[in-house]
Amino acid sequence: MDIKTLTFIVVGATFALYIGIAIWARAGSTNDFYVAGGGVPPVANGMATAADWMSAASFISMAGLISILGYDGSVYLMGWTGGYVLLALCLAPYLRKFGKFTVPDFIGDRYYSQTARTVAVICAILVSFTYIAGQMRGVGVVFSRFLEVDITTGVLIGMALVYFYTLLGGMKGITYTQVAQYCVLAFAYTVPAVFITMQMTGHILPQTGFGATLADGSGLYLLERLDGLSTQLGFAEYTEGTKSGIDVFAITMALMVGTAGLPHVIIRFFTVPKVSDARRSGGWALVFIAVVYTTAPAIASITKVNILNTLNGPDQQGVLYENAPSWVNNWEQTGLIEWNDNNEDGRMFFSNDERNEMRVDADIIVLASPEIASLPNWVVALIAAGGVAAALSTSAGLLLVISSSVSHDLLKRTLMPNITDRQELLYARIAAGVAVLIGAWFGINPPGFVAQVVAFAFGLAASSFFPAIIMGIFHKRMNSAGAVAGMVVGIVFTLSYIIYFRFVNPAADNPENWLFGISPEGIGTVGMILNFIVALVVLKFTKDAPEDIQEMVESIRYPKGAGAATSH
Amino acid sequence: MAFESQDHAKAYWKENLGLMLKLLTVWFVVSFGFGIILVDVLNNITFFGFKLGFWFAQQGAIYTFIVLIFVYIRQMNKLDRKYKVEEE
Repeated sequence: MDIKTLTFIVVGATFALYIGIAIWARAGSTNDFYVAGGGVPPVANGMATAADWMSAASFISMAGLISILGYDGSVYLMGWTGGYVLLALCLAPYLRKFGKFTVPDFIGDRYYSQTARTVAVICAILVSFTYIAGQMRGVGVVFSRFLEVDITTGVLIGMALVYFYTLLGGMKGITYTQVAQYCVLAFAYTVPAVFITMQMTGHILPQTGFGATLADGSGLYLLERLDGLSTQLGFAEYTEGTKSGIDVFAITMALMVGTAGLPHVIIRFFTVPKVSDARRSGGWALVFIAVVYTTAPAIASITKVNILNTLNGPDQQGVLYENAPSWVNNWEQTGLIEWNDNNEDGRMFFSNDERNEMRVDADIIVLASPEIASLPNWVVALIAAGGVAAALSTSAGLLLVISSSVSHDLLKRTLMPNITDRQELLYARIAAGVAVLIGAWFGINPPGFVAQVVAFAFGLAASSFFPAIIMGIFHKRMNSAGAVAGMVVGIVFTLSYIIYFRFVNPAADNPENWLFGISPEGIGTVGMILNFIVALVVLKFTKDAPEDIQEMVESIRYPKGAGAATSH
Repeated sequence: MAFESQDHAKAYWKENLGLMLKLLTVWFVVSFGFGIILVDVLNNITFFGFKLGFWFAQQGAIYTFIVLIFVYIRQMNKLDRKYKVEEE
């Protein structure tokens, strides 16, 4: 069977599964809609969190980025996993004991202030929108390649499906759908990886395989060969970086802290029955994420060697274009691979110097890896289903945050306190609908900086929520004036820095002009530090948090007496 | 007050913070320490075909993170029982 038919069958079957689950677990009440009635066991919740967490950016582009960046790509690996340590140790159990629905709920109640709640809602909406824009594009890329439809149609189909099951299922539906999506995406990610590792090194485990010797009898280690090829072709040595140490540090920190401050991740820990389960959920989530994240660097390095060998030939002299493998032609049609025969010898050549004739988009590396390694068509179809699962599961979680931020935090708690549960649910559905349309618009008209936009969402979360929540738990006396001032300064600083370098004056976007040599991707770390400093200074000059708030903070510090999450 | 006494409440929180700081130190050392700050030094050592610093940045840190969380879960459950503040 050809790839197109197989993709229809595999993606279609997984969709049927997700929608079936959404219908089976339909939300009956607002509680169900937001937090699944608190009834999700930790392993399932961990899996759902992992699916929610691993977006199109993780699934489709991360390994590709690592493949290009080499060691520097480690920022994504450490950054997007290390955040779970912070979550499990410093946030999840306490927020679960606190027992509210949303992050703005916590900020609003802890800092006894509508202003704090409103600032938090605005931050949550900003972060979630920045994040969702990338997901829609991801769905579009997958559909446009494998179904040979244009990207607009692909985005529209994807959006309609996301909207359908988010609203039908609410949190409970999403949680169980995401469990299924995790299984699909982890399977789709690891199976091709095992195949290509076996081909290249004879190892079954990708995690050890990319450190092993090549199976071609040369006796060279894979990474040694890759370093050699990279130097020969003018790329930076693969296992060394080109970014400055401080920038690698700042980006990793911003991604870690941002992970722990992302509202759609935090909300996950409200859905488990007990405080001890919130801790366990964090652990399980990281186990499931690690399955994909420890495989990614193997795919990155092995596929890099594969690409160099198939484009340049084993002798690195270039391969005749008419002998190009079919994946080159397939992806040329999407415009994500280009060949310009500069020296008119009819041969392709891929390097990082004046000899280069190829443009290979990082986003195709995972999707194309089975084709590059000449694996059977069903593996190619499987990758497509995995990419769709990753993009859809994350979008659904984000939509839920946006809709609950608007209907619950903004309308019910601030603007229209008298609306009924039914009306609240209706407004949640309308808000999700609007969010879907905006997301689809970004998917069809991508701002052209999707990968960075996703990283920026982390910087924004790191500089706003993380310090406010941490101080809310660990600094009893922290008051509303301090927290609000900190959040505002943190997010305004981070946002301005990003906007300045990426949109106002992109020509100046290089290490010489950066503050302390930190790129816009890593600036959230500085924003976070500013947030802490401003909050602590303001606290010095204002009154401590009231006695009853301090007692409330005491009470979230131990598990006993945690009830189910409630709205008030 | 779920604790038997104010002293218990203080002691529980102190032990909790102590455990957290210990684990976060390891968290910092394996990722920012081995994977970033000391990466060039560790890269002189070869570990199963990997340069050691590179391995920590792309594999080792992640495995350590998992271990850290499960150690935390275990120790906290013990602590909850010791001070009788576990959930029913």
